[in-house]
Amino acid sequence: MTEHAYLIPILPLAAFFLIIAFGKRLPLKGPEIGIVAVSISFIMSVGIIAKFVGAHGAEHAREISTRWFPFGSGAHLQIGMKIDGLTAVMFIVVTTVSLLVQIYSIGYMKGEVRYTWFFAALSLFTGSMLTLVIANNLLMMLIGWELVGICSYLLIGHYWEEKANSNAAIKAFITTKTGDVPFLIGIFVLFAGTHTFNINAIYHKVAVGDVSHATLTAAAILLFGGAIGKSGQFPLHVWLPDAMAGPTPVSALIHAATMVTAGVFLVARLFPVFAASPEALNEVALIGAFTMLFAALIAMVQDDIKRVLAYSTVSQLAYMMAALGVGAREAAVFHLFTHAFFKALLFLGAGSVIHAAHSNSMRDMGGLRKLMPTTYATFLIATLALSGIPPFAGFWSKDEILTEAFRAGQHGPTHIVGYIVYVFGAITAFLTAFYMMRAFQMTFMGKYRGEAHPHESPRVMTGPLVILGALSVVAGFVGIPGLKSGFGSWLALGEHEVESANYLLIVVSVLLAGGGLVLGSRVYRTYAEVDPLERLGWFHKVLVNKFYIDEFYMAAIVRPIRDRVSRATLWINQNVLDGAVNGAAAVAKISGDGLYDQLDQKVVDGAINGIGITARATGGVLKYLQSGDVQKYAAYLFAGIVILAVLFTRFA
Amino acid sequence: MQNFDLWSLSLVVFLPTVFAILIAVTPKAQEGAVRFLALIGSGAAMVISLIVLARFQFDHSRSMQFIVDKTWIKTIGARFHMSLDGISLPLLVMTTVIVFLCVVYSQRIIPPPGKPKGFFALILLLSTGMSGTFVALDLVLFFIFWELVLVPMYFLIAIWGSERKEYSAIKFFLYTLTGSVFMLLGFLALYFRSVDPVTGGHTFDMARLAGQHFGGLPFQNLVFLGLFLGFAIKVPMWPFHTWLPDAHGNAPTVGSVLLASIMLKMGTYAFIRIALPILPQAAKIWAPYIGGLATIAILWGALCSLAQKDIKRLIAFSSVGHMGFVMLGISTLTATGINAAVFGMVAHGVITGMLFFLAGSIYDRYHTRQIDEIGPGMMQALPYMGGILAFSAIASLGLPGLAGFWGEVLALLSAFKPAAGLSTSLFRTYMVLGAVGTILTAGYFLWLLQRLNLGRVPERWEGKNFADVRPVEYLAWAPLMISIVALGVYPGAVTNLTDGAVSALTKLFT
Repeated sequence: MTEHAYLIPILPLAAFFLIIAFGKRLPLKGPEIGIVAVSISFIMSVGIIAKFVGAHGAEHAREISTRWFPFGSGAHLQIGMKIDGLTAVMFIVVTTVSLLVQIYSIGYMKGEVRYTWFFAALSLFTGSMLTLVIANNLLMMLIGWELVGICSYLLIGHYWEEKANSNAAIKAFITTKTGDVPFLIGIFVLFAGTHTFNINAIYHKVAVGDVSHATLTAAAILLFGGAIGKSGQFPLHVWLPDAMAGPTPVSALIHAATMVTAGVFLVARLFPVFAASPEALNEVALIGAFTMLFAALIAMVQDDIKRVLAYSTVSQLAYMMAALGVGAREAAVFHLFTHAFFKALLFLGAGSVIHAAHSNSMRDMGGLRKLMPTTYATFLIATLALSGIPPFAGFWSKDEILTEAFRAGQHGPTHIVGYIVYVFGAITAFLTAFYMMRAFQMTFMGKYRGEAHPHESPRVMTGPLVILGALSVVAGFVGIPGLKSGFGSWLALGEHEVESANYLLIVVSVLLAGGGLVLGSRVYRTYAEVDPLERLGWFHKVLVNKFYIDEFYMAAIVRPIRDRVSRATLWINQNVLDGAVNGAAAVAKISGDGLYDQLDQKVVDGAINGIGITARATGGVLKYLQSGDVQKYAAYLFAGIVILAVLFTRFA
Repeated sequence: MQNFDLWSLSLVVFLPTVFAILIAVTPKAQEGAVRFLALIGSGAAMVISLIVLARFQFDHSRSMQFIVDKTWIKTIGARFHMSLDGISLPLLVMTTVIVFLCVVYSQRIIPPPGKPKGFFALILLLSTGMSGTFVALDLVLFFIFWELVLVPMYFLIAIWGSERKEYSAIKFFLYTLTGSVFMLLGFLALYFRSVDPVTGGHTFDMARLAGQHFGGLPFQNLVFLGLFLGFAIKVPMWPFHTWLPDAHGNAPTVGSVLLASIMLKMGTYAFIRIALPILPQAAKIWAPYIGGLATIAILWGALCSLAQKDIKRLIAFSSVGHMGFVMLGISTLTATGINAAVFGMVAHGVITGMLFFLAGSIYDRYHTRQIDEIGPGMMQALPYMGGILAFSAIASLGLPGLAGFWGEVLALLSAFKPAAGLSTSLFRTYMVLGAVGTILTAGYFLWLLQRLNLGRVPERWEGKNFADVRPVEYLAWAPLMISIVALGVYPGAVTNLTDGAVSALTKLFT
């Protein structure tokens, strides 16, 4: 199984081309190809992860590599795959969510424009993400990385008839591309320090201390720039909420499995590089700590159900980043794993609601509990899972992160950072439960406020909800604290230490989450028209406007470059650079005329006529610049050559 | 087959001219025959070049192969010396293929005033000049091929162009010619300082010039300046690029394609083939300045593209930026950088060729080149054309998996670690700025797509049933699109050829 793991990304990639070529002729118009492909990938992923479950992961890790092409003095770039516990977990996450999203989309996208193309793009998205995951070297990873970016552009802008949607698509691509620049440079820095792009070789060089601390710090901080972009961390988080412009299944895929997890995956993949530099780790932790709270605050006041979830994703990814920053790599990936299921569920549930209510705004919802019982029940499970209520999946992973952060505060190299992450994480946990309960109340409880006639979605949509609901309950059990060969040991890079549970912290976590839920429920139980949080006054306004960061970027960066700097450059181009050319031509013409009369006609003309074929050939057509004088001009030039050549040989 | 190896390059270079003459003597009324002759002439050259590719000894890509070396103008020691190595070969093949595709496209589409006879004859003549440039190993021969391309292109723009065609044609002609003057001066200086190891006289032979020590550095620098001016105008490098948007903007479609895909590469190729090996010490002195101009070109091209309203001028400015990456690669004087440069030349050739084809075909339908007049909503009116435009634009912005990526990323990688003796911090600054340029590049291409392709068809175009991509367009474009994917997935198609020759060259700089 492992030696054929390359099929896992290749099948969805092939499905992309097959759907484009044949999709429209098939009975379902395309989805069947993508679903079959990703199903096989999924089955293979199960086969691979089975080797890592219950075993010490590092022993089963494999790497296969082959030459790809030479790029300088015989040095070859490799293409290959790196299969370890982390790869296996990511395979499961990506293929599971992608499979369920594709099935769901058959119902959700029914009758929508570019139906077949949509499924082709989903397959490309999946295949690109799996390429990123399987890559054994950084340039190959970059390929998957950027392909994921363009897929997000294509899918976010799926409804490109509306300008807002294509704006969101461009924003997603350009913002993440901005992070890709430091990412690329980070790869170069690491390459300069280790002379390799191969990840295992980099591990080795770092482990034996071949690479200077300064190089590792620089590389890690630059690489993290890419992660900030892809995983929507502050200050490059702005694209992620706008990415809601895409069809809701795309949002589920982006937010749970493909795209945003790439940044977390990158840091986890190159963790030895980060771990070698406390400075870099602290940066990761602090960016994570800040972003989780920042995004949770914004999530509290959004009325668009998808935007609540989007900011929630930013916040939860920040949890993972912060966990990586305090050295808790396994906890971070564990949260990535559980989060994928309940976040996909939340988005697909939101999609189901939007499908029924014909609106994204929770102001137009309410009372959907009875009308959409399956959506309601599964959404509730996901809400509890995200809030961190035991025994749902999110509780286990979130608790592990908080425990690890606290432990880092006690024993880590930079105590204060561990405590900061813990405190921010605890506050965020409370806020998370609050805003999720707010969304839940506004959507499902109370009276229906909209004007549509909501009804439960078809089975092809609720089926995936139920499966994800089940996963949101059980996915956390693989990582119960104290479990000897639990989740952490599957992907441990070296010896895995089994940490015992800290019951005091567990109680605190549960109290915070429960408190948030209760408060959210009390405040929003009677929600009708006015959001109670508006009582916060100006702060509410700041939150609604997302701290004005989008406006700032538009005013300070995008518009000046797009509208002013570019036009000024073009003006200089036309009037200064090109003006100089036209001016020189005019001067040449004048002096050429003079020379022509005085020197050329009398002295050199006879000699030149033989050479002047080209000049004569062009002679008649001149109007604009030279008004018929090209022959003279060329003659002048050739005369110049002869004179200069003579001078040159004389004096040089 | 030994005969083939001896004759093949001459055939690739001169068969098109033979057919151009045949076309010239064909009666005007026989348009079908003219088209057919053009197809055969360019097709034959392409087939022979592909056989050359097949027979090329990949293990010896650094050595000159398919050599023809005959006495030519005895009095000045100029020889009829043509040959190719792994650097020339991809460019030669690209030339013959793209010329053929242009001829295919022109079977059905020739801009006013028509006149297929002159049109095809000029394209074939151009083919001789371009392919000759990539295989000539004698400076005189090289110079003749180099200049030969000017005349047909001049007429293509001046007769079949649009809007300010005369102005653009003359500007193109005179600007390039001015550069050539300095280049020729450099050639002459090299000649008079050289000693032919065989005859004891002077030599124009590139291979023999490469081993010479031309006395002092001032001489080398001065000659390099002459060559630089000639080559840099052709590339064109910033700030010598202002003829390009005019020439491209107003050239007929296949003129723009040939100009962008092939003729620009003559300049970058000449740097690699002539300036670097013959004047290595001067090259090292000039490299930081060339790298600086290249970096400016990347940003300048992107910013000007961002401000463009005319689709053809936008693509022209995008070429300035892309050629900036090529020159940045060359200026590092490293194997990675020059591999990247040759790869970038081929990638730019297929991608930008594709973009100019598209711009031309869009113009044929809308009769305007203004982005805001054509768009929005072209995807609705012409879904296949729009889709191919999106594909090509995304390729041009450097998406991995497609051809545009490798030239850029390897050029940036090479700038991270330039050749010994070059300032690392300076080139790293270039690298960062170049990388920022990739963001701007993505920006203007996606913005172009948004304004042109996306959105709803405006009222003014409603009810106009434009023909979507036609069969002849598919025929001409399919090989380019396949190449864009193939080169992206397997860059070794180029770098396997170039690496040997490039690595041999860059030994001079370590």
